[in-house]
Amino acid sequence: MTVGQHVLVARILPRLPGARGSVGAVVTRDLMAARRNWIVPLSGFFEPLLYLLSLGIGLGSLIGKIPGPGGHLVGYREFVAPALLASSAMNGGIFESANVFFKMKFGKIYDTMLATPIEPIHIALGEILYALMRGVTYSVGFLGVMLALGLIESPWALLALPAAVLIGFGFGACGTAAATYFRTWQDMEWMTLAVLPMFLFSTTFYPLSTYDGWLQGVVRVTPLYQGVALLRELILGPVGLSAVGHAAYFVAMGAVGLALTGRRIKHLLLT
Amino acid sequence: MALIEAKRLTKRFGDFTAVDGIDVEVSQGEAFGFLGPNGAGKSSTMRMIGCVSPLSEGTLRILDMDAASDGPAIRARLGVVPQEDTLDMELTVRDNMWIYGRYFGIPRSAVKERSERLLDFVQLTDRADSRVEALSGGMKRRLTIARSLISEPEILLLDEPTTGLDPQARHVVWERLFRLKQQGVTLVLTTHYMDEAEQLCDRLVVMDRGRIAAEGSPRALIEAHSTREVVELRFAVDEKVDLGPLQGLAERTEQLPDRVLLYVRDGDSAVAELSRRGIAPQSVLVRRSTLEDVFLHLTGRTLVD
Repeated sequence: MTVGQHVLVARILPRLPGARGSVGAVVTRDLMAARRNWIVPLSGFFEPLLYLLSLGIGLGSLIGKIPGPGGHLVGYREFVAPALLASSAMNGGIFESANVFFKMKFGKIYDTMLATPIEPIHIALGEILYALMRGVTYSVGFLGVMLALGLIESPWALLALPAAVLIGFGFGACGTAAATYFRTWQDMEWMTLAVLPMFLFSTTFYPLSTYDGWLQGVVRVTPLYQGVALLRELILGPVGLSAVGHAAYFVAMGAVGLALTGRRIKHLLLT
Repeated sequence: MALIEAKRLTKRFGDFTAVDGIDVEVSQGEAFGFLGPNGAGKSSTMRMIGCVSPLSEGTLRILDMDAASDGPAIRARLGVVPQEDTLDMELTVRDNMWIYGRYFGIPRSAVKERSERLLDFVQLTDRADSRVEALSGGMKRRLTIARSLISEPEILLLDEPTTGLDPQARHVVWERLFRLKQQGVTLVLTTHYMDEAEQLCDRLVVMDRGRIAAEGSPRALIEAHSTREVVELRFAVDEKVDLGPLQGLAERTEQLPDRVLLYVRDGDSAVAELSRRGIAPQSVLVRRSTLEDVFLHLTGRTLVD
């Protein structure tokens, strides 16, 4: 570790015991607010499910077998399902960013929290944790559907859930950080503009080999590709060292998003 | 011991200096007021005391801790009633109390017990299950006050606690704040209502353009910056007022578009002198000097936005 990291750890670690209660309170607040408004979040679960039914199973019946991660042939719906699981984990983080924007700009929820012993980094942690919980809830539901449809082949699939947690953390942290930059509701469109192409082109519906050389490189660095590749390996096998690389990608993405969110809340509200 | 001790407290936003090096001390159990027109720097000062706004310069000690480094520990012992209600619109009245207590890390059983007691204190028990949105302005204000008390704070910061409330609601708020003061809670408030300052404050400072223009108890400020009584003279609208015959009658004379104010020690004898000089205004009113006279004298009558 560098000196800077040592200082950072020395500053953050002693505060963690107290932080647990503060972070818990932030999450509790979101759960209390969600009690009255539980229908909207359901869309994040149904979207990938509908894609699975229409494209994976419907369109899939017209398509033969295609190569999976290890080169062995798999059925089209088996191929698409892990990718849709990754996008359901992503949706939690992305959809939650609208709530974060509202709470910050209109609800004054964070102003209220900051008048108490809660600190910006606690708010960042709590909100990201909540976004992650939302993503994981979608993932659990989707995994259940996959299990019921017999779409899980490898015993490694047991790791799909913790992997979905990591993916949810990465997207939740970056979605929350992005929300702190929004000025109006129209800015939310930028999010859609980033997410929709990613959803369509991150090898969700066809293998990476479809792309030309340099395009493959572009697709490889996008976060959803990393999630799709990770879950496809775990669910369809074989699992290689590359899975560790994908996982590290989301740890880094989450850490950056968390730090950025904390800094933005401090910068915007503690003026 | 001073609970709040600010020295050369300064807040700048870019080139603009909102608070310009003020010294303030607030003692235990005191009700202290920041009085001033809009833009005088009251709210910026309150935010610094609330440890949600870093100082640009100076030092600020609160409860014997440093505001710059001990923010969370200080905030744990403060109650804050912000200028705009920041209640959680997505939750009910009772849930607002509950979650606010949780923000302070207060154990669940204690939050529950205190919520019921405080909702009773601000007369909102029968609205406990209402959504906050449905409450009137006065009820929201009372709920904000009740919420700020959930941590049993030693210092209560109130930024314009009754702005926008109708007279009934204001009196209820004043009465509750007075009871808190009797219980030993130190009150620090901002206001631009003179009657509020006179009702609630033991001591206050008048702020103007980021500086302290005067300091003292309401009575001392009136004695120092105004006369004991004021005679208000109204003349007919079309009458050209000649101040000449009024000369030497008052310590200070002020001519306004609709009336003339005479600042005098004894109003009745000034009125007798008026008739002796043959001056016959349309109406004459003798009243005691108020903080408003001090305020307008110190901060001017120009409209501030």
